Amino acid sequence: MLTLLFDGIAYGMLLFVLAVGLAVTLGLMNFINLAHGAFAMAGGYATVLLMDRAGVPFLATLPIAFALAAGAGALLERTLYRPMYGKPHLDQVLFSIGLVFMAVAAVDYLIGSQQQIVKLPAFLSGRFDLAAVGIGKYRLFIIVLCALLTVALQLVLSRTRFGSRLRAAVDDPRVASGLGINVNRVFLLTFAVGSGLAGLGGALGAEVLGLDPTFPLKFMIYFLIVVSVGGTSTITGPLLAALLLGIADVLGKYYAPKLGAFIVYTLMIVILLWRPQGLFVRKGAR
Amino acid sequence: MQRRTLVALSLAMTAAALPAAAQDTVKIGLILPMTGPFASTGRQIDAAVKLYLAQNGSTVAGKKVEVILKDDASVADTTRRIAQELVVNDKVAVLAGFGLTPLALATAPIATQAKTPMVVMAAATSSITEASPYIVRTSFTLPQVTLGIAEWAAKNKIKKAATLVTDYGPGIDAEKTFKDRFVLNGGQIVTEVRVPLRNPDFAPFLQRVRDSGADALFTFVPSGVGSALMKQFAERGLDKAGIRLIATGDVTDDDILNDMGDVALGVVTSHHYSAAHKSALNQKFVEAFGKANKGMRPNFMGVGGYDGMRVIMEGLKASKGAGGEALLNAMKGQVFESPRGPVLIDAQTRDIVQDVYIRKVERVNGQLYNVEFETQKGVKDPGKAK
Repeated sequence: MLTLLFDGIAYGMLLFVLAVGLAVTLGLMNFINLAHGAFAMAGGYATVLLMDRAGVPFLATLPIAFALAAGAGALLERTLYRPMYGKPHLDQVLFSIGLVFMAVAAVDYLIGSQQQIVKLPAFLSGRFDLAAVGIGKYRLFIIVLCALLTVALQLVLSRTRFGSRLRAAVDDPRVASGLGINVNRVFLLTFAVGSGLAGLGGALGAEVLGLDPTFPLKFMIYFLIVVSVGGTSTITGPLLAALLLGIADVLGKYYAPKLGAFIVYTLMIVILLWRPQGLFVRKGAR
Repeated sequence: MQRRTLVALSLAMTAAALPAAAQDTVKIGLILPMTGPFASTGRQIDAAVKLYLAQNGSTVAGKKVEVILKDDASVADTTRRIAQELVVNDKVAVLAGFGLTPLALATAPIATQAKTPMVVMAAATSSITEASPYIVRTSFTLPQVTLGIAEWAAKNKIKKAATLVTDYGPGIDAEKTFKDRFVLNGGQIVTEVRVPLRNPDFAPFLQRVRDSGADALFTFVPSGVGSALMKQFAERGLDKAGIRLIATGDVTDDDILNDMGDVALGVVTSHHYSAAHKSALNQKFVEAFGKANKGMRPNFMGVGGYDGMRVIMEGLKASKGAGGEALLNAMKGQVFESPRGPVLIDAQTRDIVQDVYIRKVERVNGQLYNVEFETQKGVKDPGKAK
């Protein structure tokens, strides 16, 4: 039972890191970016290819995956995304889903459609028993890393100058720029970090979730569930939503394998009926 | 705009008129998933078909054989439409390929209506050959290759087994066959799990298997997913808990086996083809296949395509290049030596009868291979033996 809980938490944390970037762009910047999974995939492929072709050790590939995805995010934000900010949501949806299909086809063409296999270093594979709880070392690694990230992210958003600038830029871009805040640069940085986080999530998740060119499509639903259930105005909302979903998914598959993935959707519908804006909503938020 | 349409129209008409002039070619319509999640199937079969033609020449009864390759991206509607176009516009003598069960089933009515033979080179659900009297199969069926491992398990001190299969046609075929035969031989099934085709994480399912107290886990999952399953099997410590992993050969697919690493070592599977099959013919096949495709190893899909092409070419030789009934009859009952061993196209069921091998993953010359150690001779698809 506790083993399952542990697995569920690890799975949830992974979903959180994958989705938190989307919560930032969707919630703070009010932009519907369905191509979020494509950045995650980029991070995953960066890790696999660096390990396979260049012999870079696993841990060293993680920051590279983050940087590459962030770089790609920054580049696309400058060139493609910025003109879309003012457009209606439907346009944004069509635009970003188009990007997803292009990413899928490009990876398929360049690397091939086969599953990519991550070879973890020995100290991260295997598991040990702690008071009758079976703990997978890699899953523990995911939990610790993701927890640190969450704390850091929360601090940046609530305590730093950049955080307050971002919140100001989001709430009223005109007034914010009148106050001397470079709104474009703030958005560019935010988008890059969001994409980078997705890339890191993809790199971490390649081992657990598998990695092939359909990755962004396969997990789009999960990202969207996390964000819609968690609400988009805080970091804690998506975190709790991701944990809840991870645990529910694992327990559901264990105790009622016939229902399989269905449990997650049921849970989502129930929560959204109860709180249509998501679990945690800042009062007065748009 | 209008002029462009006119040009396009006239071009299309010329193209349609051309085949009438070139009566001395025989066309083969090859429909494969060349993109999308099952592209590796398409890649293997395409390479094998090309290899066969390169080795054996592409003329038959004085006619040139032309293979028209089309990509259906494993979408059944597309397969059906392409098949229709190939039959109506290109007047192909035979349709071939078909990576997955739904794709083959969608095309079956067209084969029947047009009286065009259809050679299934990959799809493996037992019932496919019953969907049309024009279907010939050169791959395998899941019940056919599952029996072997069920027999082996019962004989090798495995009393309690858990099953884990992917929840679609072939998976359910495999689950049922394993269960029936294993229970018949005195075994007991302690837990049965079906996982969705798009399943991100095996952890909870495997934990369930671990807690069920089984001696072994029997599994069927499509080949790409197999590596993830095996890694988590070891990661979760099921091997250390004394649970053996047994499976059909899809899990240790030769195409990706080498990338799986040590977790695959010692896994026992039953299947009809291994790149390590010890015969001169197979060694030649593996070598030529690798040489033509940057060292790629042929897998069971590749051998299905290679044999499929052989059956078609020999059939065309006997029918003097004619398609339809004549070709169908010439393909039925062919007996020959394949890289996988001796095979027969059963004249009654039009399905393949072949040896099934029990294999174990071992390291040979630094590479991982499925090494065969037991043979079941001439296994017929149990779905049709009744």
